[in-house]
Amino acid sequence: MSLFAQRTDTSEFRKRFRWIAVFMALSFVGVLIRLFQLQAVEFDENHAIALGNIVRKTPLATTRGVIRDRNGKVLARNRASYNLYVTPKKLDMTTTWPKLAEYVGIQQEERIRLEERLARSRADQEANKKDQQILLKEDISRDALGIIRDHATELPGVEVVPTPVRYYPYGDVGAHVLGYMAEVDSDRLPKLRSAGYVEGDRIGASGIEREWENFLRGTRGWERILVDSRGKKRSIDAAPEVVTDSKTEPIPGRDLRLTIDADLQKAADKAMRSEFAGGVAVVEVRTGRILALYSKPSYNPSDLSGASGKQVIRDAFKRIYSDPLKPALDKTVAGSYPPGSTFKPFTALAAMEKGLINPRMTINCHGFLQFGRGKPFGCSHVHGPTSLHRALAESCNVYFWTLVTEYGVEQDLIAEMGQRFGFGQRTGVGINAEVAGRMPTRAWMTLHNHGQYQRGFGLNAAIGQGATTVTVLQLALAYVALANGGTLYEPQLVRAVETSDGTIVQEFTPHVRRQIEITAENTRLIHEALNAGVNEEGGTARKARIEGVDMAGKTGTSQVGGHRVVRGEEAERMDYLKKDHAWFAGYSPTDAPEIAVVVLVEHGGVGGKHAAPVAFQVVAAWNEIEAKSKSTGEPKKPKPKPGVRQPVKRGGR
Amino acid sequence: MRSQSNDSLLSRMDWPLFICTVLISLLGVLNLYSATSVFKGAVSERWLSQLYWLLGSGVVGAIVCAIDYRHIERYGYVIYGVGMFTLVLVFVFARDVRGTARWIELGAFRFQPSEFTKLGLVVALAKYLHDDPKNEGRGLKDLIVPAIITGIPFALIMKQPDLGTASVHAFIFLTIAALTKLRTRSALTFLGSATVAVWFLWSFLLLGYQKNRIEVFLDPESDLLGKGWHAYQSRIAIGNGGLFGQGYLKGTQNQFNFIGEQSTDFTFPVYAEEWGFAGSLVLLGLYMFLSLWAIRIASQARDRFGAVLSVGCAAMIFWHTIINVSMTCGLMPVVGVPLPLFSYGGSSVSNNMLALALLMSVSLRRNVVRPERF
Repeated sequence: MSLFAQRTDTSEFRKRFRWIAVFMALSFVGVLIRLFQLQAVEFDENHAIALGNIVRKTPLATTRGVIRDRNGKVLARNRASYNLYVTPKKLDMTTTWPKLAEYVGIQQEERIRLEERLARSRADQEANKKDQQILLKEDISRDALGIIRDHATELPGVEVVPTPVRYYPYGDVGAHVLGYMAEVDSDRLPKLRSAGYVEGDRIGASGIEREWENFLRGTRGWERILVDSRGKKRSIDAAPEVVTDSKTEPIPGRDLRLTIDADLQKAADKAMRSEFAGGVAVVEVRTGRILALYSKPSYNPSDLSGASGKQVIRDAFKRIYSDPLKPALDKTVAGSYPPGSTFKPFTALAAMEKGLINPRMTINCHGFLQFGRGKPFGCSHVHGPTSLHRALAESCNVYFWTLVTEYGVEQDLIAEMGQRFGFGQRTGVGINAEVAGRMPTRAWMTLHNHGQYQRGFGLNAAIGQGATTVTVLQLALAYVALANGGTLYEPQLVRAVETSDGTIVQEFTPHVRRQIEITAENTRLIHEALNAGVNEEGGTARKARIEGVDMAGKTGTSQVGGHRVVRGEEAERMDYLKKDHAWFAGYSPTDAPEIAVVVLVEHGGVGGKHAAPVAFQVVAAWNEIEAKSKSTGEPKKPKPKPGVRQPVKRGGR
Repeated sequence: MRSQSNDSLLSRMDWPLFICTVLISLLGVLNLYSATSVFKGAVSERWLSQLYWLLGSGVVGAIVCAIDYRHIERYGYVIYGVGMFTLVLVFVFARDVRGTARWIELGAFRFQPSEFTKLGLVVALAKYLHDDPKNEGRGLKDLIVPAIITGIPFALIMKQPDLGTASVHAFIFLTIAALTKLRTRSALTFLGSATVAVWFLWSFLLLGYQKNRIEVFLDPESDLLGKGWHAYQSRIAIGNGGLFGQGYLKGTQNQFNFIGEQSTDFTFPVYAEEWGFAGSLVLLGLYMFLSLWAIRIASQARDRFGAVLSVGCAAMIFWHTIINVSMTCGLMPVVGVPLPLFSYGGSSVSNNMLALALLMSVSLRRNVVRPERF
């Protein structure tokens, strides 16, 4: 028997070998079919998923344009907010955490809250698996940042990530003009997505920031990066063939050069310090450029723009909306008020231009006008025989009422002149939901008074009361036109669009809305009267005069319409809210006007007492600013492009 | 005589088995190099230590196949007993790895007894069937002892718990049972009761994480960030290979660490991603050839022990391969079974090498008088 002969009988298994072999072969075929399905049939899908796993298209942030004042002072810029992130899984609660809390200066109360959050996050298995980071504190101080950087090695699991946020160096001064930034809300996001906005983007929410968003914003760039399963970035070299077209650089936003003068804004704020609420507008007489546009009360746009975290934003909004003085409202363009006596020059012009009166004639003022059978219309005091000159300078109501009752100065005549000066129409300043105010015609009054026109309406219109309302900016532009002999300008806030290195991309020239036809003689008469209102004995603003400040103008005290009667707690507040609005509108200097100034003090009382002093301080500040810029050379102005019209040279002072 | 027999042994060398083993091993080392290329330190040198294991166990294998397997038959139950003993030792010296205790530490080595009890089981079953020749059909009671032989390691390994390895034991038993002349009625009864047993297992014995894996398998997308992660990403990796692969060292799912456990249980996706369907066809072709060749060796065995031993070893390699590939491509739940000679691991490599050595041993002493075709 051979060494390799059969030893025992294996015939029991004989037939089974084949079946087992067939079973094994079929199993392999089955697996291969599955592999064919995955690798051949479904390759495209699987390949796409595999690429999606590692290729991340990450946005590259752009920088928002800087907003500067006319002299190049920065009004809005970007700064880095340093946000503190921790990875709960990696953070040692016994050693690292107390140190971190000490370095950052986390208070006991906040510390307990954060510890709870960290504990919750630790308990979340899924989040731990991915090494999820949580935002512990927004906008930590520079000091804390320095300490954390120095002790970085002792603080595993702690990371500081800088994010750009908007910062407004002047705080609440001029906030309404600049506006603020807000996170894009989910309602608007679908519409904005096509413009490239994504969740968490901030967008200009009001003021210049909002209206000039497209210039300021810039274009986000993007980059394709490779990440591993833990989200860690890997070099492109790891798989160069999968990434093509890897980067587009962001384009920074355009800078804006405003017509605003930051120092003048500050001066307006200072001048308004004793008043609760109101607005100031200063406009260049020969260009329509706005030098100051100030609304009070204000808010700090830095707080609203997210620099210091969500809690700060919430608190700031809460403050804004609980304040009865309405800080959110831009009182220079979005609020309209009866102009009171500041309107009288326009009534006078309406009468003179139609030749209805002789400016030298006098009307006797007894201190009141009996009209119809009702209560007599009262004047401030008995003016006696009054000419137009005195009537304007000393603000005699009876004179203007008499124009209506006896000289045929109808409501429509007044309305027509008012409309020529831009009342009842939006100025086109282009920010903050501008309102048009109201310059009521006879037809309008009829329509809104049950179809009955009463002649008393005309009396109100003549002295800027009743249904007539204007905005501070409207009035300023009307006085600009008054001062420059009839040129009604479109108000200008943005002087130029620049690149970040200061090159001018686009410069805006003054834009004339229309030339108002008024005779030089009549203009001169009004100028003299306005001069008298400030500088002559009996002038309503004379007491507010500051020595050395050369200004002409008109005060106004406008009655606040009927309020509901309240008792108890609110009564005190109502006392305030029932007080008249104080106005002053004027220009400076008197001979060759450069700037027009309008001041509104809401519920301030008498215009001569409350609004005029503010205007004087503002003009005084302007003179100082001008003097300073003369002595230190011309203010830094954007280099004009050839062919662009130069602003009108100022006359001598 | 001894020298003569050794000469003739060498001349009877089973080259197809040998070459197939070498090819799979080399592909495995090559693939392991890629699978660990993204790592630093010891992990990145796994391909080298795998090579050492292959060479070392190859030498041991050469010695084993030089010994006549009749000696192994003689000590069959002893070998089995030692295996069971080490399984019990696991519970004494176990080191806990991810909630399961599978390892025994011997100095610097870690050693996984459940790998070797598979071979112990095969040897014991072969020994039993060798001593219990029958030519008429078998009934269920003929399977009682083999079932007990299988049940002991199965229960011990389930206790670790290690569903994958335990089920491989069960599959080896089923394959060997299929080898016997079981009557049709008995087979049906057996299958019926097995179904009941599986239900029982599911309801009362399986642990939460094991059930989870199976549940996730049934609906992998339901839990992409959790337990379905490996299953899903390894499937994507395989699919990403396409027909001809992304190229060696260029599989992104691997290089960017999406596969996880890519040197051990999930090493096949690394290979499939880099070599594509063509490469998979070659590799699975090699495994299929190995399995069928082992059955051929069994059919040529000179005795019942050799035949059952060969089928057992074939079953072990076959089931490991099928289960491993199926779980990586989403045909089966993830149970943690290594791919023979391909997955990293000393215990797994040496166990498979030993099985191949036993096959070689049977093949060297095959019956040449009546070559069997099947």
